[in-house]
Amino acid sequence: MKLTVWTYEGPPHVGAMRVATGMTGLHYVLHAPQGDTYADLLFTMIERRNHRPPVTYTTFQARDLGSDTANLFKTALQDAYDRFQPQAIIVGASCTAELIQDDPGGMSETMGLPIPVIPLELPSYQRKENFGADETFFQIVRTLAQPMDRTEAITANLIGPTALGFRHRDDIEELTRLLADMGIGVNVVAPMTSSPADIARMGAAHFNVLMYPETAETAARWCEKNLGQPYTKVVPIGVGATRDFIAEVQAITGVTTRPDESRLRLPWWSSSVDSTYLTGKRVFIFGDGTHVAAAARIARDEMGFEVTGVGCYNREMARPIRALAREMGVEALISDDYLEVEETIERLAPEMILGTQMERHIGKRLGIPCAVISAPVHVQDFPARYSPQMGFEGANVIFDTWIHPLVMGLEEHLLHMFREDFEFHDDAGASHHGGKHVARDETGDIRPGAAPEPVGTGDEVQDQTGADVAVWLAEAERELKKIPFFVRGKAKRNTESFAAMRGVTEISVETLYEAKAHYAR
Amino acid sequence: MTDQTPLPPARGCRDTPVLKERGQREVFCGLTGIVWLHRKMQDSFFLVVGSRTCAHLLQSAAGVMIFAEPRFGTAILEEKDLAGMADAHDELDREVARLLSRRPDIKRLFLVGSCPSEVIKIDLSRAAERLTKLHAPHVRVLNYSGSGIETTFTQGEDACLASMVPDLPETDARELMMVGALPDVVEDQALALLADMGIGPVRVLPARRAEGTPAVGPNTVFALTQPFLGDTHAALIRRGATPIDAPMPFGDEGTTAWLAAIAREFGVDQETFERVTAAPRARARKAIAAQSAALNGRSVFFFPDSQLEVPLARFLTRECGMTAIEVGSPFIHGQIAAPDLDLMAEGPRLSEGQDVDKQLDRCRDARPDLTVCGLGLANPLEAEGLTTKWAIELVFTPVHFYEQAGDLAGLFARPLRRKDVLRLEAAE
Repeated sequence: MKLTVWTYEGPPHVGAMRVATGMTGLHYVLHAPQGDTYADLLFTMIERRNHRPPVTYTTFQARDLGSDTANLFKTALQDAYDRFQPQAIIVGASCTAELIQDDPGGMSETMGLPIPVIPLELPSYQRKENFGADETFFQIVRTLAQPMDRTEAITANLIGPTALGFRHRDDIEELTRLLADMGIGVNVVAPMTSSPADIARMGAAHFNVLMYPETAETAARWCEKNLGQPYTKVVPIGVGATRDFIAEVQAITGVTTRPDESRLRLPWWSSSVDSTYLTGKRVFIFGDGTHVAAAARIARDEMGFEVTGVGCYNREMARPIRALAREMGVEALISDDYLEVEETIERLAPEMILGTQMERHIGKRLGIPCAVISAPVHVQDFPARYSPQMGFEGANVIFDTWIHPLVMGLEEHLLHMFREDFEFHDDAGASHHGGKHVARDETGDIRPGAAPEPVGTGDEVQDQTGADVAVWLAEAERELKKIPFFVRGKAKRNTESFAAMRGVTEISVETLYEAKAHYAR
Repeated sequence: MTDQTPLPPARGCRDTPVLKERGQREVFCGLTGIVWLHRKMQDSFFLVVGSRTCAHLLQSAAGVMIFAEPRFGTAILEEKDLAGMADAHDELDREVARLLSRRPDIKRLFLVGSCPSEVIKIDLSRAAERLTKLHAPHVRVLNYSGSGIETTFTQGEDACLASMVPDLPETDARELMMVGALPDVVEDQALALLADMGIGPVRVLPARRAEGTPAVGPNTVFALTQPFLGDTHAALIRRGATPIDAPMPFGDEGTTAWLAAIAREFGVDQETFERVTAAPRARARKAIAAQSAALNGRSVFFFPDSQLEVPLARFLTRECGMTAIEVGSPFIHGQIAAPDLDLMAEGPRLSEGQDVDKQLDRCRDARPDLTVCGLGLANPLEAEGLTTKWAIELVFTPVHFYEQAGDLAGLFARPLRRKDVLRLEAAE
């Protein structure tokens, strides 16, 4: 057993639901107890879908346990077929049904429905949501896709997007445009937007664009082997990655046309002087492997940040993320325990977090700005407006998204200038966050009724009394507090490690500035 | 002041045949009860023994609350726990010890059973006994099942409270026990009204903290504030306590009838009752009138969710002028629902259980003005042009007693008012 409060991923049958809900003409009959229908609301609420997910649950109850559950499954399957008339059905068990061992695959086979019925084996006690999506899509492709003549014009399948995917809707549109610019058509987009009939004609494409390795890599490999379709390895998130992706597509197809870059604004925005303050901003990056790898490259090469740590929660991507961490000279964190992520962030004290919904809340707790780059995400990250992550428009979106939580350059400069000003001191918090502002009185004390200080801004100087931690002299501590709160954590850490390096046990104002000079770049 | 409450109908719904359906059910399991119960019981922790699905459900139901160091969690069963039963208890002991060392403020720990733990028959009641001995006297460990195979949504609270009843201390005092987890503000209002009538001391189950746990005995009388507490009702009777039958305290009428039933039991005279209730009744009526204009003459259809459907349909039909087409409930408890059914005029179809596709067909045919349903159905029905009110909000929002009566009507009126103010069709 493992104690958990937050889970980055749902169980594997939720992954199967993501595939089914993204598709049309497909129905999922899930052997599951009453209550598992909760997963419907992820789709109807978070993604705001206007239809129920195409899932029929057997919703067995305690009194059904015994031989009855098998009949319940058969009835549910027959009813679902009669009512929805799908082109194909997938069947499987949720975690509880896995324990009662009714074998949905075997039972459905005996019923002889006139459409393909695809059984899913999703080990709920070992694997998770992304595996469920990947495996389900693979089984659907393996059952339905056939080798066939290629389309006359060069076309690609876009594979990997699912329901409840982070920005999948707009990534499809952006990639379709990018390929169209190169004169390449799209054959099938799957699983999202496709029907079983579409899957059957996947073989007509010249190659596959693997948009999200988490949800479609197994299918991509199968198509390569059985349909002779190469697939792209670069995920086009970020300017550099998009250009590499274009080169990869050119190598696969022999096409030489380059897509239009006139809409791309990230390079100039990032080069403009107001972005200078971004240089060396220390960021911590966490999420699913694909988005983390893409974000790390953008952060370092396109934004000029310093990457202080990378990690992912899906262990399927552990190897590439470890390799990435080695290349960047930082540690890799492969964990699905958010407490471990929180500890790592506290220890590294980054100036910005790029993560999931969960890291957004960790950031809020620690007073560190955060932008969301990966699922799991909440309803606000299924926006109405066009906001892809992929391609050139995706790069523009990413620049804006990452920059907004940070205090803009000019604003930061002003905060430095007025750091001891009665209004702009650090206890005031960010000035544009209404209701939180606390002015100081003439003596420099916070007035009564003051808002609580943000946690973890480096003010917990007194708390650390370990033998290896130098003692801060009162005057040095006051000086430390004059440093704006968003860089104070870094200054404190640097000073302490400088003191430790020199064997200094008491930190004075002198030590503080010597450390500053030592670390000056 | 004249009493404006409509007269009771000549024939209520008590004898209306109930349509009992079996099929796919679009409902939450009892684990969801944890989300509000842990807010109420401030020194309790709810540890679900279940699968990743259970953890995912709690996370989805708890929304942003999950980030506020909530006092609940899931011990997720892993492959090795399924392979051999022998060490399941050792594993649980280890996780509980870890948890309690991390949270020394916890006084009561609930081991909450789930579908997987029930199916593989992990004996959580024995585990609770063992762990109570192990962690005595500081922590008391109890257990109940919130599994989907046994409980539907609010029945989780019932199972939890019922698990506490055998454990309550014994008393001979003639005391009133108010049963059901209410928001603190609502609970305080109810206690104040009862105190003003000279009724006291009043005990509350569940109490906010473990040391405030009420005692029970042959002279205890109890009144439910929630309709879904059938097992707790039975467990209290087994301890010798006597129930007070009353409609649920929703709206002016429900609250007044609920208070009147208790006042009768405690011999409160009519004058005192009038003095205490007149002003809040008038306020409640005024607030309901302001909100219910949008509801008057409209029809409502309830999908089963929380067992609150019957008393809410009574409130909407009698105090807001609505017509009920179908009142679906996951479970209708004869004795508890009777006072509300008596007040509701004959007419609506009563249904218990669910076959969701068939019920959706009935709902589409009826084209109700307002459909009360879960989040999995709400947006899809809106997309079909039906106006919906999502039911889960009725469990989290303060809706009981006089001061909330207007808010309660407002919850149903808002979606209809919104439908009226949006002019989206014109833009196309």
